[in-house]
Amino acid sequence: MKVIFKLMVIMICMAAAVQAQDRPQVFEGAEIIPITGEAISNGVLIVENGLITAVGEAGSVSIPRNADRFDVTGKVIMPGIVDTHSHIGEGDGGDGSASLHPDVRILDTIDPRSSTFRKALSGGITSVNIMPGSGLLMSGQTVYVKPKPADTIEEMLIIVDEETGIYGGLKMANGTNPLRSNGSPGTRAKSAALVRKMYVEAQEYKAKIEEAADDPEKMPARNLQMETLVEVLEGKRIVHNHTHRHDDILTAMRLAEEFGYRMVLQHVSEGWKVADEIAASGFPASIITLDSPGGKLEAINLLNKNGRMLEEAGALFAFHSDDPIVDSRFLLRSAVMAVKEGMSRDMALRALTINGAMMMDIDDRVGSLEAGKDADFVILSGDPFSVYTHVEQTWIEGEKVWDRENPEDRKYATGGYEIFRASANQHVHVEGH
Amino acid sequence: MASTGNMRMLFLLLMSCLIAGPMAGDAEAQIAVKGEIVYTMDGDPIQNGVVLINDGKIERVGSASRVRIPSDYEIYEAKIVTPGLIDARTVVGLAGYYNQQHDQDILETSSAVQPELRAMDAYNAQEFLVDFVKSKGMTTIHTGHGPGAVMSGQTMIVKSTGRTLDEALVDSTTMIAITLGSGVRSNFSSPGTRSKTVAVLRQELIGAMDYAEKRSEGESQSRDLKKEVIADLLDGKVTAMVSANTASDIVTALRIQREFGFPMVLEGAAEAYLVLDEIKASGVPVILHPTMIRPFGEAKNASYETAAKLHEAGIPFSFQSGYESYVPKTRIARYEAAIAAANGLGMEKALFATTLGAAQILGVDGRVGSLERGKDADLVLFDGDPFEYLTNVEVVIIDGSVVYTRE
Repeated sequence: MKVIFKLMVIMICMAAAVQAQDRPQVFEGAEIIPITGEAISNGVLIVENGLITAVGEAGSVSIPRNADRFDVTGKVIMPGIVDTHSHIGEGDGGDGSASLHPDVRILDTIDPRSSTFRKALSGGITSVNIMPGSGLLMSGQTVYVKPKPADTIEEMLIIVDEETGIYGGLKMANGTNPLRSNGSPGTRAKSAALVRKMYVEAQEYKAKIEEAADDPEKMPARNLQMETLVEVLEGKRIVHNHTHRHDDILTAMRLAEEFGYRMVLQHVSEGWKVADEIAASGFPASIITLDSPGGKLEAINLLNKNGRMLEEAGALFAFHSDDPIVDSRFLLRSAVMAVKEGMSRDMALRALTINGAMMMDIDDRVGSLEAGKDADFVILSGDPFSVYTHVEQTWIEGEKVWDRENPEDRKYATGGYEIFRASANQHVHVEGH
Repeated sequence: MASTGNMRMLFLLLMSCLIAGPMAGDAEAQIAVKGEIVYTMDGDPIQNGVVLINDGKIERVGSASRVRIPSDYEIYEAKIVTPGLIDARTVVGLAGYYNQQHDQDILETSSAVQPELRAMDAYNAQEFLVDFVKSKGMTTIHTGHGPGAVMSGQTMIVKSTGRTLDEALVDSTTMIAITLGSGVRSNFSSPGTRSKTVAVLRQELIGAMDYAEKRSEGESQSRDLKKEVIADLLDGKVTAMVSANTASDIVTALRIQREFGFPMVLEGAAEAYLVLDEIKASGVPVILHPTMIRPFGEAKNASYETAAKLHEAGIPFSFQSGYESYVPKTRIARYEAAIAAANGLGMEKALFATTLGAAQILGVDGRVGSLERGKDADLVLFDGDPFEYLTNVEVVIIDGSVVYTRE
């Protein structure tokens, strides 16, 4: 199975290479914000075969002779935005038949043609962690994709681990969302006990595999749930744990430490109350900003100063849209709302790009403008922190995948008649955030 | 006319105020607000402008070179000064931020037609969200019953300040909230369709016509709270605020307005851009959905450019925070106007729609919406463009009192 998957990945990569521009592309005259280095006021960005080959000050970078040259004077170029938590793609949410579904893959239900992908592109998003909902303790496997035009979800995948073919994380949740009307789990402590019980089983399953030492006779029967959790225990698959209240945040960290798995804290609404503990733990935080507090009792203390306080504590954090909670078109705006509450501009830009990439193990490919990385970037009309600035173009792997000047693309930025189909699934999510 | 005695009392009162001197937070304080740019909404913006405030009202507005600031006036300075901003439709005060049953009074589901429900009987002047929107520069809010019933109840206009309803109240009975479209059938078993919703609405209006007629002829009849308020609507004393988002529901709303002739505003109007000519011809203004509304359900075809299109068509419109069932529990009308400003409308037209334009639609432009002599001294002091993301509200003044300072 894994061999087939690897083969598939190679074929997809080859297809992408064929599609990519064979002439070098040079973007000149813009302010370039590489994220991992100082902003360049008159920058040059060079792309070849879908990868960045050079970024630098005009005059300091040699321009390939046969290049396609783009004058982007007066514009701002930054890396494509990384959304660490989204529900675009119209995939299925949680299955109510049980509380723990580590075997469920959202990949199997996403529609690559969903207009929500174009919407994300119009917001400058080029990498996104699409997750099932938070109504269960474990609702299933998440998928890391690039929202580029594609016929199949496989073409959109960002592979984290070439060896295993892992392309996403595992969604978990604690607090009030996974509590169920049938009473199981009915409390926070029972929630933790159910999760611990399953990880204990996975530890035993993992031990059996290790004892078998590649002897097919001794291998335990295949179990999709256990296989996924073994990936988590081995640190190959990262847990994304929905959590709001400060004590729930600490519980999520307690469990992750007990079983030694890697975890991203998701939402972390009261993170500001335990910012030092989060920073000391090393668990990264994926956060959201909202225009007003209130609406969800458990998250009543979700304040936009959360990011600033996590920054001061030295925690690693990134922004997410949780689309449709915040529309993908406003993820950049979400970061500005944190700057309004005192976060530094540099950190806000990092938290839109490289920090999220680090949380998903894809920072070797995306999240900054550096030679060797995927040519995923956005061209903005001006200051990223201004309401009057628009995303003008979005590029993924050297391909222009969205252009505000093209009316067929522009409509996804503004909305209008019969552009977004109303999805009942997404609508339900608004209530089950 | 005040009698001589009363005049003397007033004189003594004013004297005592002068002796007491200006005090922040005191309605009688005398304040001078200096702005690098003062948007009065009454003519061009004034560079280096001054607004003098006395006794809760605007005393004088002009350029610093022409307006002398009396020495005992407390001076506030800011980069940008605007009239207090107006949220043309919200539910804050009836809807609270906990979002639990005890703080949600926007929709009564015991009956689909209850226009007699008064907003003031459920308004919590000390609700956190009221204070929150005030800190964002919203000084006048049109709040009340929500969408989701044929007639869910009344709305009213308050200032976003005051410990009690009476301290906040501007207008107790502004509009009746009416909903067309599929929003009704999700809350009630009957009406269960859009056309039945219209039939129920028309029957209620017809049913109150007789009541209104007898009332106008002075005939005695037993009081009927429901018919009384519908009769007020038919008599043009209150306005129908009709929530309609799809083009067909908008056109239906206009049809009913033509049939009964009552004053009306359209609320929501997500597909207004499909029927601009019809809206324009009707003379009905629009309280546009929050610009950033999620594109689902009847608002799935919403566009960030609708405000600009309404402006181009010459249709009066304003912005609202609307109704939110989840997070965030309220939007900020200034932020919604900002997105429209950046999508074709432009800053000054967005500012008009959140100040004087809104006041005109709500019928309170005699008191608020612009910085003119004699109007309520409601001002917002900003450190930059009111719609720019990183601009801060520095000071909010309502009725001449400083009700918010950033520091």
